[in-house]
Amino acid sequence: MRLLKRKGAVNQLSSPAEITPVVDTVRDQVLADVQATLGTAVLDSLVKAGDDIWIRVSTQSWNASMQKLQAMGFDYFCFLSAIDWMPSPFGRGEDDPTEPAPERDTTIRPGYTGGDTRMQMLVRLVNSRTHVGINVKTDVPNEIYTVDSIANVFAGANWHEREAHEMFGIGFAGHPDLRNMYLPTDFEGFPMRKDFPLLARMVKPWPGIVDVEPLPGGDAESEEAS
Amino acid sequence: MTILNDPVSAKLGDRAQLSYITSQAADARLNVELETEGMTLNIGPQNPATHGTLRIIARLDGEQVLWAEPSCGYMHRGYEKLTEVRSFPQVTSLINRIDWLGSFANEVPFILAAEKLMGVEAPPRAQWIRTILFELSRIANVSLFLGDLGVQLGAITPVFMAFRDREYVLNLIESATGGRFHPNFDRIGGLKDDLPAGWIDETKSVMKKLRNFCDEIESLLFGNEIFQSRTRGIGVIPRDVAMQYGLSGANLRASGVDWDLRRDQDSPMAWNKVDFKVWTHPDGDSFARCWVRLQETREATKIVDQLLDGIPAGPVMAKVPKIIKVPEGEAWVSTENPLGEMGYYVVSRGDSGPFRVKIRSASFNNISITPWLLRGVYVPDIITILASLYFILGDIDR
Repeated sequence: MRLLKRKGAVNQLSSPAEITPVVDTVRDQVLADVQATLGTAVLDSLVKAGDDIWIRVSTQSWNASMQKLQAMGFDYFCFLSAIDWMPSPFGRGEDDPTEPAPERDTTIRPGYTGGDTRMQMLVRLVNSRTHVGINVKTDVPNEIYTVDSIANVFAGANWHEREAHEMFGIGFAGHPDLRNMYLPTDFEGFPMRKDFPLLARMVKPWPGIVDVEPLPGGDAESEEAS
Repeated sequence: MTILNDPVSAKLGDRAQLSYITSQAADARLNVELETEGMTLNIGPQNPATHGTLRIIARLDGEQVLWAEPSCGYMHRGYEKLTEVRSFPQVTSLINRIDWLGSFANEVPFILAAEKLMGVEAPPRAQWIRTILFELSRIANVSLFLGDLGVQLGAITPVFMAFRDREYVLNLIESATGGRFHPNFDRIGGLKDDLPAGWIDETKSVMKKLRNFCDEIESLLFGNEIFQSRTRGIGVIPRDVAMQYGLSGANLRASGVDWDLRRDQDSPMAWNKVDFKVWTHPDGDSFARCWVRLQETREATKIVDQLLDGIPAGPVMAKVPKIIKVPEGEAWVSTENPLGEMGYYVVSRGDSGPFRVKIRSASFNNISITPWLLRGVYVPDIITILASLYFILGDIDR
């Protein structure tokens, strides 16, 4: 059941009866419960009907919020990761390496539920009884790049935090063991940060960037639609 | 001091107490002599229990593991970074290679996430064929697991049977998509092509063969006394621990959690159109994990049969623009892949390529439990526990 309809949605075969509600009572109720439990720790929230829930909690309450969410039924740890919201100064690798690189706008613009910092943590938890998931974000302070570890709440977060540590350079206070998982110990830089260049693209521009494969069913006029 | 306070020695006379102390001392001497020096055992990177290269460092006391830690990273290819310099349709050729035994299943959640952001929905026929190919890749993937299981325990025959019967499934996937291992067949808005002529009848006969294969494996392996004694009660994962570590798929259901994303979440795919059973096992041991996978393979053949009977007519591709630009937004889609829950958190900035893709692969979570799980087990059980957890290295390292 697809609940979210956007402007310009292409759907050939759906009948009007399938047009789905914009109100999602289940997720609205879950969000109300979460807000009641976490109180002022929730800085911002978003519900997309039939899709998902996003909340942003304050950095200080990161660990405590996780404990409260676990206690209220979100007991399944899905994943933990980080997002670097700064647009890459290297674009998408389409530059000619022999030419000087063009100036790019690297203004930081956060995604759903806002945010004030460049880096954000993202954790997804699921309620194992109702199967409703929730995406929890928190700001990672600029320059310090450290948040509390949640490995004492969800044991599975241990490895995810190690991965985020080496890929984004985020420190986790209270983590038992932040060794590298993938990279050599003496590797310098944090590969998943947007200002870390993808060296293969610095040497040779990606030929596929201009490749437009004609798709079956696509025709000339639909090209204009984009 | 402790001996004098000992209630046993307090009841004895002086003479008896002396002999008691001597015997205690003799026992203590014996214990010192038997105590072995700790040993660090390195397993891998190349070892038959892994589909790829995983190294395990185990600290042993005699035959018992005191501490064990897998060392990943031998297959790390940085797909999350690479997706940021590719356009949406190009990403599928990368993510095919995450879990290489069930490649088509990797494409589906990413394509569904892109479709969700675009507000595009694939036509019903495309959704049905997607679901059929998804289940076929599950069968191809897990049938190899079932054969491989024998090799871990010293039985070589099942693996030949598995390779023989998996080939039928791979031929089907190849005839429909053109690729045995990396189909790259899924498109935003549908599929690249329709099914070839005669494919449906062929698939039905292959599904019969695969059900026979499951029966053979069940009688050959699961009824075997050696297999049972090596797997029953070994590597037990309780429900709460499984939830904390984010285990998914058969590993979670073998711990008694009745949760299958095919049944328990809204999805445009055709799973809600068919009737199937979600198998669980209360034990949580190695045997339970293997047993649940066997039942799931058999169930998947039944799902394919039901879907083949009801494929709707119509186009396999919705109308999508030639140059795909995905509107700004964030979306999470996960599906029940052969190895467990595989999901993509896609962030788009209205560009032709994604801004950030977080790949949540099943094996990474499944294997992260091993330091907890391997503590205290015996060395030969390491291999069976790892085999029963079933991971693919590309799926851990991405």
